[in-house]
Amino acid sequence: MILQQLADGLVLGSIIALGAIGLTLTYAILRFANFAHGEFVTFGAYLALLALGQFQVLSTTTFGPLSFGWPLLASLAAAILATAGLALLLDRLLFARLGRAGVAIAVVMGSFGAALALRNLLFFAFGGEPQYYSRAIQIALPLLPRSVLGGVRATPDQLAVLGVTALLVIAMHLFLSRATLGRAMRAVAHNPQLATVTGIDVAAVVRWTWIIGAGLAAVAGVFAGLTVQIRPTMGLDLLLPLFAAVILGGIGSPFGAVLGGLIVGIAESLAVPLVGAEYRAAVAFLLLILILLVRPTGLFGERG
Amino acid sequence: MSLLQVDRLVAGYEPGLPIVRGASIRVAPGEIVAVLGPNGAGKSTLIKAIAGLVLVESGEVRFGGQDLRQLPAHRLVRAGLAFVPQTENVFANLTIQENLELAGFFLGRRRCQERVRAMFELFPDLARQRALPAGRLSGGQRQMLAVARALLVEPGMIMLDEPSAGLSPRLVAEVFAKLAEVRAEGTTILMVEQNVKAALALADRAYVLAEGREHLSGSAAELASHGDLASLFLGGANR
Amino acid sequence: MVELLAGPLAYLVFFLVIALYYALITLGLNLQWGFTGLFNVGVAGFVLVGAYSSAILTTPDDPGRIGGFGLPVPLGMAGAMLSAGLFALLVGIPALRLRHDYLAITTFGIAVTLQLVALNLQVLTGGPFGMNFVPRPLYDELGGQGGWNLAYLLFVAALVLLVWRGLARLTASPWGRVLRAIREDEAAAAAIGKHVFRFRLEAFVLGAMVMGLAGAVYAHFIGFIAPEDFLPILTFQVWAMLIVGGAGDHRGAIAGAVLVWAIWTGSGMLLDLFVPPEGKAQAAALQVAGIGVALCLVLLFRPTGLLGRRG
Repeated sequence: MILQQLADGLVLGSIIALGAIGLTLTYAILRFANFAHGEFVTFGAYLALLALGQFQVLSTTTFGPLSFGWPLLASLAAAILATAGLALLLDRLLFARLGRAGVAIAVVMGSFGAALALRNLLFFAFGGEPQYYSRAIQIALPLLPRSVLGGVRATPDQLAVLGVTALLVIAMHLFLSRATLGRAMRAVAHNPQLATVTGIDVAAVVRWTWIIGAGLAAVAGVFAGLTVQIRPTMGLDLLLPLFAAVILGGIGSPFGAVLGGLIVGIAESLAVPLVGAEYRAAVAFLLLILILLVRPTGLFGERG
Repeated sequence: MSLLQVDRLVAGYEPGLPIVRGASIRVAPGEIVAVLGPNGAGKSTLIKAIAGLVLVESGEVRFGGQDLRQLPAHRLVRAGLAFVPQTENVFANLTIQENLELAGFFLGRRRCQERVRAMFELFPDLARQRALPAGRLSGGQRQMLAVARALLVEPGMIMLDEPSAGLSPRLVAEVFAKLAEVRAEGTTILMVEQNVKAALALADRAYVLAEGREHLSGSAAELASHGDLASLFLGGANR
Repeated sequence: MVELLAGPLAYLVFFLVIALYYALITLGLNLQWGFTGLFNVGVAGFVLVGAYSSAILTTPDDPGRIGGFGLPVPLGMAGAMLSAGLFALLVGIPALRLRHDYLAITTFGIAVTLQLVALNLQVLTGGPFGMNFVPRPLYDELGGQGGWNLAYLLFVAALVLLVWRGLARLTASPWGRVLRAIREDEAAAAAIGKHVFRFRLEAFVLGAMVMGLAGAVYAHFIGFIAPEDFLPILTFQVWAMLIVGGAGDHRGAIAGAVLVWAIWTGSGMLLDLFVPPEGKAQAAALQVAGIGVALCLVLLFRPTGLLGRRG
């Protein structure tokens, strides 16, 4: 049993990790806690569903044992672009203006209002019923026999989610440590004025931060839709685990966000047999309170 | 012909509350010019206004004939004017090598690597610790890294905001010796300083700022022997 | 008398009791945000704790769950304030020493967690079915539905008056002046030797206690509570009320609560009239989306509030 819970926690954790990378980057570079980040996850999932309706005609074959084929990948790409566009639009209309007013908490409140509006617009457009990218039932493959600590089974889709997340995390790491834009993002997170002096266009870095953060959130949304289901509240339900992961990892540390996401996912999964599946979100909350009491800068915090 | 020409500059942090009130200064190519003055005279604000970091209400700033007020702050360094802020002047979360490479990002990869090597030759101390996060450096080493970051792009001129701040006399001498070397290579320098003695020993000319505009100016030697200087500083400090 | 209290007038009484319930919560939030600058996005959680605490303390014994202690209602209300205050300590102690948005995140977390507990801890809360038979004191003596509602309105009005005057006194006292000083310039307040953390914690806990009291007021009025009475939308409504009324103004908070509740019920009635039953859920979503957009617009164009006079 324990291995199975770890495996399930890893899948959940990788979805949280993808969402948390974007949240920690926007938190560090734009300097506010974006309560609308969960809605980027939801938007990504629904936009992919919408796009899938268009792309489905292209091909009906799936990739081997997976439940999806090229149409879903094309839909994922469309969802990433559209969610990034949504984030840029929100920044233009709301966050940038509230930020200029200089009251830090006004931006947080604005993100709160935006989250409420976005979530309910999605509910209005799509209804509250859970939806799926595919109705096909996937057989979980035995990865380890039952004799080894209860064994591990996983669906091919879950394995694909894990694999793609690992690739994205490595790509993000290389991007932030090697690419000029990645370093510029770290520089702006540390000191925007010094970044300007160094010749970095801070406004452009902010735009790219939104694009990357929202794009990763859209991927997380599609993965959540693929392995669980698509609902208007999926982003809201993820928001607390996302914040817990970000603070656990240390605000501004993408590596920390990934580790934090995995820890939160695994903790939630391990807690299920102890307290029941209903209290999953409470586990994230307890972790959050604990880390604030013990080490508020998180495991890898670059700033105090 | 001046390289930098500032005329009747009015600037501050909030509209209607100028700290620099009509200052005019000139810097000729190859010169070291110091801006001195008591606390609150507007020295730092003046240099930040030239760098485009604070609100400029009126006046002119020209660099090599170009109108700097039309240029976004992040384009200045590409126009050949580099700035070294007083504090927080390195990216503490990046390594020394990353700090330098980031400074030259617009030079192209090959040219950037050449310049990073050149800076490591000029600052051997930094070369030895290139993989260390800049946040772990001592105050003097940070100042050296900040100067190296500015020099990396081969600017026509660098501006420094109190390069001696927080350094021991020995380190001040070291940093200033480096600045003399830099000038010898043909780089123009404008610096704001509290340390009048060290600044006048290095500079060719100096301006003394009081209440947001230039109060005295002249060659470093003239000003060093000027009787009024000490009284001005004392008077200014008491205001 | 009995006839008068039926129909529209009865509805008005009902409307006003609920409006004043919101006014109490808004007064609590006003102390936290309006006077101290504490961003609490878990308002619904503190109201929930108050409602459930009072219900557990005062309902008759129920074999299906723990409690039903059958205590007098005033004790229930005191318990409501106490337990809401305790939960405020739980999030306030770790979060209030840190940056502002940590409080937003932790209060959001506690509201989510308390909602889960109310929904799932059946042995204490009755789970999704909620708790019935929350006592409505003197119900029969005051003439049942109509007369009792009117009496309860008077009671709540007196309570709002009491809380308002009490808070007004507090915020005008030296303690209140320190709060405002902290709000304006935390560093300066700390520099003159004020223990910023302690003042913020006191204001946060006191505000939460008022919210808890409001929860109890609601429970004893309706006589029945369920988790869905305290969803995040409640938090939004209260924020909208405070922002419309103008933060930092007690009277504005009360006026904002009544006004926004009137708009909310009015638009709800219109939806009922014009939207076919099968589209109700989605139309309600549009109503909530409207509040979100309105909140953003007020932040952008009238950051000091609609009724507020000062910045």
